[in-house]
Amino acid sequence: MLDTLFITFATFALLFALGAVLSPNAINAALCFLLCLVSVAGLFVLLEAYLLAVLLVLVYAGAVVALFLFIIMLLDLKEVSAWKLRGVSALASVAGAGLLVAGVLAVATRGQLDSLPLAAMPALGADLKAYAHALFTTYLLPVQLMGFLLLIAMLGVIVLSKKFTADAAGVAAGDGSAAQANLGAAASTLEEARK
Amino acid sequence: MIEFWTSLSPLLQGVIKGLAVIAVIFPLAGAGSMAERKVSAWIQGRPGPNRAAIPWLVKIPVIGRVLQRLGLFQLLADGLKFFFKEDPVPGHVNKFYFFLAPAVALIPALTTVVAVPFGAWLDGDAVVPIGLANVDLGLLAVFAVSSLGVYALILAGWASNSKYPFLGGVRASAQFISYELSMTLSVLPVFLWVNEPGLRGSLSLARVVEFQSQPGFWGGTWFLFTMPVCALVFLVALFAETNRQPFDMPESEADLVGGFHTEYGAFKWAIFFVAEYAHMIVGSGIFTLLFLGGWNPLPWVSLADFAALIGIAGSPLLVGVVSIAIFLLKVLFLIFFFMWVRWTVPRFRYDQVMVLGWQKLLPLSIANLFIYLIAIALLQPRL
Amino acid sequence: MATLPVERRPLTLAERSYLPQIARGLKTTLKHIFSPNVTMEYPEVQPEIPAGYRGVPTLVTDPHGREKCVSCQLCEFVCPPKAIRITPGAVPEGSGREHIEKAPEEFKIDMLRCIYCGLCQEVCPEEAIFLQNQFSLNGLTREEMVHDKKRLYELGGSLPDRHFKWDKKKAAAEHGNAH
Repeated sequence: MLDTLFITFATFALLFALGAVLSPNAINAALCFLLCLVSVAGLFVLLEAYLLAVLLVLVYAGAVVALFLFIIMLLDLKEVSAWKLRGVSALASVAGAGLLVAGVLAVATRGQLDSLPLAAMPALGADLKAYAHALFTTYLLPVQLMGFLLLIAMLGVIVLSKKFTADAAGVAAGDGSAAQANLGAAASTLEEARK
Repeated sequence: MIEFWTSLSPLLQGVIKGLAVIAVIFPLAGAGSMAERKVSAWIQGRPGPNRAAIPWLVKIPVIGRVLQRLGLFQLLADGLKFFFKEDPVPGHVNKFYFFLAPAVALIPALTTVVAVPFGAWLDGDAVVPIGLANVDLGLLAVFAVSSLGVYALILAGWASNSKYPFLGGVRASAQFISYELSMTLSVLPVFLWVNEPGLRGSLSLARVVEFQSQPGFWGGTWFLFTMPVCALVFLVALFAETNRQPFDMPESEADLVGGFHTEYGAFKWAIFFVAEYAHMIVGSGIFTLLFLGGWNPLPWVSLADFAALIGIAGSPLLVGVVSIAIFLLKVLFLIFFFMWVRWTVPRFRYDQVMVLGWQKLLPLSIANLFIYLIAIALLQPRL
Repeated sequence: MATLPVERRPLTLAERSYLPQIARGLKTTLKHIFSPNVTMEYPEVQPEIPAGYRGVPTLVTDPHGREKCVSCQLCEFVCPPKAIRITPGAVPEGSGREHIEKAPEEFKIDMLRCIYCGLCQEVCPEEAIFLQNQFSLNGLTREEMVHDKKRLYELGGSLPDRHFKWDKKKAAAEHGNAH
């Protein structure tokens, strides 16, 4: 039963991930991404990491992909022409893929997965208290660093997207459009974060 | 009975539970739409739908007449109409997503019910909540699944491939994200208060009700009284999340014809409607559990006390029925409140919705959270 | 024109929060829920027809049940949508009303064309055609919606008459004072 479910979810996750990358239609890609996230959440549930599953659905499937769709619809993106690998982007993608493979191999081959106490693993992902405790003790530094990274990205987006001129800086954001700008900034932050 | 139930295979149990949910939520949602028409009629000084009748049923003295005046047969007529009406599919739509959207609307609406406990029975002295699944992550799970509901509106708006539905879909996505933040932040104080230090942390909704049924003045107080700002922010965000007036931007028939469902008709349109009312029912249920003491009949009167008072503490089944009735009464009142507000308050402008969400509610809920953080840190050790 | 600058008092916090206003609105609507309905339950309760109401056009008889229409065809000419069609005929011999000379052999009003303007009633010199209280009119065929003379008199009934114009004329003629 568990194996069947695992294979189902894993297959779905892979298929939809491929779909997200390869689909020329932006909406299709975003929805494939959404389904991929839901499948991964299913995998988390199988691992008894309920909290992670719920958070994944809540934050990514619920909010982030909705934002993607919002941006796609706002920009009215039609079919995206297939992009070619060249120069820096090719180098970056090869390097990124290489790092990912290396990372997975490193964890898998050194037998670290086996050496971890089995009882401790689900507790971190399932129990709210254990999870929160770990966030504020063991993983405090990474959490703070990630927070700073997002903050920097957000500031960067605000600086890039707002045209600051000497006299109009104060009136740049009217009362009504402020919220919209806010939203747009948040959306682009998330996009930035994904990149 | 119980033995027979447990002897069934888990898969069959799941299917039966699922069917039970559908069998309860669908008629409730339909009744919601009828109640909406009746409430709107009463508020506007009209009798509302009161003509439709089934010939031999209406002959029953008194009851038949009352049912007819309440418009119950109209509900049946509407349901049948939605089933048998021609289902138009405009030529310019993206067929796949056009058909997918109503299904997507229904899934979260029906799934969230799973994590909402709706009653309790007494096992000796212990109060055991009744629900399809008492998930430890209760509220978070509900939020997670219900947050998927917005895709129905976005997909419907996008797949319709015409102007007004598209605007409705865009509005839906923006509004949903804007209010989700305040909604989540507004319930945090409740759980901070419930999860005292030293206990195993839990986001279970049943635990919140349990907390509100403790003896003593502070124990029995509903969170509505101790955390009015949380309740207010949550309620406003709930209105926005369920796309109810004054926040029904995605539909907004005055400026967007019908919003996201402009191109929909017949049964697919009815499914959107059922999903909206199901969301309302689940939302009201969660508000009841969090702030109105769940199945406790009155503030400072817990279910156990009440059962002892009217002398039914001995029979678990009766207590269960009474508790479900109390819970449903509160939920129905909240649904009435939703409608009452709808026929009172005019719709906000879109920019007002955004300003209210980002510039008013979000700072308010953050400030509220901080105040309660300090208050709970100071107060809780002493209580 | 002098301009008066109006002092606009800034909104208070309570007003800007909308909440007191919403609460007051809710109070108002709650009051309406419990106040009696203004709807008239139509088929059971019939509306009160005001005087001078222009309902379905009908032909009326005088209090003695005698036909008033003399088929002068003024209504036919004045009718804007041309809904009236009159076939004039002679008054039958021996009825004692031969001096009227003409009576409608057939009188048809096409109710699918009629616009209820009341000009026929306005123009009738004999006070024979009236737009009365009847407002609910329906039929299953087009033919049914063309009222013939019989139906028009059925709908019209008889109305009081103050003049008895043709009786006076007859009496005058008998006394040798025809004009």
